[in-house]
Amino acid sequence: MSDTPLLQLQNITKTFGSVQALTEVDFEVRAGEVMALVGDNGAGKTTLVKCVAGTHAADSGRILFEGQEVHIHGPKDAAKLGIEVVYQDLALCDNLDVVQNMYLGREISRAQILSEAPMEQHTAETLKSLAVTTIKSVRQTVATLSGGQRQSVAVARAVMWNSKLVILDEPTAALGVAQTEQVLELVRRLGSQGLGVMLISHNLHDVFETADRITVLRLGRNVGVFERRATTQQAVVEAITAGMPTKVSGIPSTAGAGAGP
Amino acid sequence: MTSADVVGPDRAPTLEEEQLATGLRGVWDRTKLNVRTGNLGPVPIIVGEILVVAIFGFTATNFFTSTNFVNLITQTAGTCMLAYGVVFVLLLGEIDLSIGYLAGIGALVVAELQLPGSKWQMSGILAMLLAVVVCALIGGVQGSIVAFVGVPSFVVTLAGFLIWQGVILNKLEQRGTIIIQDRWINYTDLYIFSPAAGWVIAAIFTALYPLSVLYRKIVARGTQIAQQSWTMAILKTVGVGIAAFGTVAICNNGKVITTSLGLPLAGVIMVLFFVLLTFLAKWTTFGRHVYAVGGNAEAARRAGISVSRIRVIVFALSGAMAAIGGIIFAAQVNSVALTFPPGNLLLNAIAAAVIGGVSLFGGRGEVRGALLGAILIGTLQNGLNTLSISNGWIYIVTGLVLLGAVTLDTFAVRLQARSGR
Repeated sequence: MSDTPLLQLQNITKTFGSVQALTEVDFEVRAGEVMALVGDNGAGKTTLVKCVAGTHAADSGRILFEGQEVHIHGPKDAAKLGIEVVYQDLALCDNLDVVQNMYLGREISRAQILSEAPMEQHTAETLKSLAVTTIKSVRQTVATLSGGQRQSVAVARAVMWNSKLVILDEPTAALGVAQTEQVLELVRRLGSQGLGVMLISHNLHDVFETADRITVLRLGRNVGVFERRATTQQAVVEAITAGMPTKVSGIPSTAGAGAGP
Repeated sequence: MTSADVVGPDRAPTLEEEQLATGLRGVWDRTKLNVRTGNLGPVPIIVGEILVVAIFGFTATNFFTSTNFVNLITQTAGTCMLAYGVVFVLLLGEIDLSIGYLAGIGALVVAELQLPGSKWQMSGILAMLLAVVVCALIGGVQGSIVAFVGVPSFVVTLAGFLIWQGVILNKLEQRGTIIIQDRWINYTDLYIFSPAAGWVIAAIFTALYPLSVLYRKIVARGTQIAQQSWTMAILKTVGVGIAAFGTVAICNNGKVITTSLGLPLAGVIMVLFFVLLTFLAKWTTFGRHVYAVGGNAEAARRAGISVSRIRVIVFALSGAMAAIGGIIFAAQVNSVALTFPPGNLLLNAIAAAVIGGVSLFGGRGEVRGALLGAILIGTLQNGLNTLSISNGWIYIVTGLVLLGAVTLDTFAVRLQARSGR
């Protein structure tokens, strides 16, 4: 792990009319770590993601990527930096097969004629490198896959494009127990392969299974960053429901600040 | 003309299939498995066509003649062109109601431009090209309103339906009919190849099929894209050969009074566009994006596909195919009259695509469906005509076949879902 965080947000503020969605939020993800972003409904998780993905522009604040200040004006800018978002509704085409979905919009072609073989080989390699073994054939249509397999395809697609930061929005929300386990395993593997992972979740069990650190948002403010090994679910729940902003300087402190009794 | 299966569904073999024997035994086992799991493909519609031909063959005295067979091809070609365009529109989950009268506009433009003594007096070929461009532009404008303004395609093309009907009325109310004398235009439907040329064309198309299988095997080498076994490919090549040579044999046998007939150009046009558009749908980036937009437009948009661009192009394609169909219809009667387009052209074209298994909800269907559907509808209407049955019954029977085909397809889809495909 290098010293400069992969992604660093400083003093991000965003208002919608009179609603203050984010207030001076600091946030960071390091390469090779899974950073969970938790908070109650309306805490500002989705807004923060959209600021990073380029869907929203923050009113004020700085975004640093690999130490450089960047301006993200749309999903294409984000993709160019190596930031990929896997949205909750996955955005897969049911009528297409796994390979076709993986290369959707970025097909390999010669003079507009599709080159199927390299696309299929690369898809198979990517799935293998992520140890996604439950998908029997990459030529199955996505309609025939289970929820966990679909999530795996969506994640694999995000990883395939030399991405450095993968943002996962509620990846296990619609999954059963076994499939959730599959996906969490995949999330851990992303981190161990050196990617930065930003995991948005409601489910603290999932968060404690996978995350290295946990950032808690409450009412649009950062109310604490926790080292997973050094904290308890109880402490995080307290922060989610009653945490107070503890901002001292530009960089949020780690190790359970603000969660004290 | 043929039932060439240039590109089957890109589906991986299931476990059960992988364990099947190869060779003829394998073909038989695979057929049984496909029936059980509802993976019928174009089989029901081909069986339906054979039944229809058999029934009319026994009941109508002048249905089962070579001359009528040539008629059938020249009558079906126009509808088939429109139906090809419909496939792409339906794949997007949209609808184009304007194509019937757009076909009329195409025919009208051609007729006006070629008219001797008018200020244009163009050659037929240039006139046809311009007509196709005009209708593609009209389709593109309609598509732009759908794509950029967000008006539902049903409404935009319903407006087009009324507008282009009005334009045709205005242009032809006084003059009644414009005669088309240009031979190139009239050739599109009625040019008859000499018997020898017919055999050569049959040989070319028969050779084309194994070549397409070979191309597919080369492209898909080292991948898991579903492959035909060599046995199946040989069987199908024989089938295509029988269909092609049989078609030419029957056509060559036809006679009107003393003139002998042969393979009509209209039939060749049908197959050529089938091959071309199947390639476009299955093997190009554009085709892939059409399926993606139809399957999940939001996913396609997030993947960076310009959904609007795809929509505009598809509606332009639909307009172009309508113009080609309109020209073929005009060529059939050597004129454009106030009664254009003939019969229920719009509904027949949509019915042909739907009978051929193209889903109205987008993302599912193939170009071959339009060809097979158009042939089935054409045969039905031709057969009922030779029986001198009233138009009322023709509509009723066509409607029942449409209902039956879609019901069967619904069952098949349910079976497929149950068997996990």
